Amino acid sequence: MNTLFEYLVRLGDDSLILGHRLSEWCGHGPILEEDIAMTNIALDLVGQATSIFKYAGEVEDKGRNEDDIAFLRFDKDYKNALLVEQPNEDFGVTMMRQFLFDAFRKPLFEQLTKSSDKHLAAIAEKSLKETKYHLKHSAEWVIRLGDGTEESHGRVQDALNTLWRYTDELFFSNEVDADLRSKGIVFSSEELKATWSEMVKEVLAQATLSIPDNGWQHDGGRKGLHSEHLGYILAELQYMQRAYPGMEW
Amino acid sequence: MVNKERIWDLMEEVFDPEVPVLTIMDLGIVRDVVQIDDYWKISITPTYSGCPAMKTIEDDIIEKLGEYGIENVSVELVLSPAWTTDWLTESGKKKLKEYGIAPPVDEVDKSVLFADPPIVPCPRCDSKNTKMISQFGSTACKAHYQCQECLEPFDYFKCLK
Repeated sequence: MNTLFEYLVRLGDDSLILGHRLSEWCGHGPILEEDIAMTNIALDLVGQATSIFKYAGEVEDKGRNEDDIAFLRFDKDYKNALLVEQPNEDFGVTMMRQFLFDAFRKPLFEQLTKSSDKHLAAIAEKSLKETKYHLKHSAEWVIRLGDGTEESHGRVQDALNTLWRYTDELFFSNEVDADLRSKGIVFSSEELKATWSEMVKEVLAQATLSIPDNGWQHDGGRKGLHSEHLGYILAELQYMQRAYPGMEW
Repeated sequence: MVNKERIWDLMEEVFDPEVPVLTIMDLGIVRDVVQIDDYWKISITPTYSGCPAMKTIEDDIIEKLGEYGIENVSVELVLSPAWTTDWLTESGKKKLKEYGIAPPVDEVDKSVLFADPPIVPCPRCDSKNTKMISQFGSTACKAHYQCQECLEPFDYFKCLK
């Protein structure tokens, strides 16, 4: 197995699928500024996915470009974490999902800027700057909603209760990671989890939200085993390329 | 005679499609110009990963050089070192302000989560009594502000370090 390719696909799929989810808010944001914010963040994420898939295509060396990888795989080939494919629901759920993800991606990109793989380090360096803005935005909303009205508090607490079960998977690690770690390409996921936990606890405390007692966790996304939601995302995402193969505009 | 200096000079004639007062040299996104055999390779770097202007800028560079009979041109996108607003030229910052967009001011590191938003003077009346409306504006590189004195809403070209 080409472990670097596999890892890049995970990284790129997280960006692509969450970027797609956020783009669903286009024209539906609760206020104009948030409509613009979410689509801006979606654009950053899809841009990151483009750089990552382009490089993945080079690493794989089978003649696939970034569009082939984004649009022409089947559901089991997608390796995004289950968290990012969860539905938008209300704004509170979307912001909570975003915060849990941003709090993971910022330290991840910080680690990857030190990767022995120079191309991956360059992508991380670029993406890190954007992710800092995303995290600031989502963390502030989680606090504002959590420490807001009874209604907003209740909704984001429900969001946290629903999404918490998908968070462990962000730190999924198997032989792919072990191989890349031995080459200095990626780094410890335990360390990542510690940094993430600290950030999450701090923000949730300020937001007066409590981490659910039930610690049961899902996994599957990193192995290509997805929730029912991914298929619908792909049906929309891939429609044009499936209906009109090779079309361009 | 086409030499490297000539190509660099011509880059001053290619404008940013989203902020058309700025040239790509003002933005600091042209990273390198090299001649390889019989063609010129120009390296540019994106401001943001998803910046939709990059493809247009690439096409505009090829078109501009074509106008001067320079045909063998390839434009390459490089990601490292990552672009920073420190690369905006002083004249670029001035042009931004004249255009009504507040140029970037030095900000604390965004890894400090709950820092106050930076004080951005109004590009029209220079008042520092302004308010951030949204961190995200009409394009990825801008935030949205409003002046509390002259009440003018304005874009802020946000700091990226």
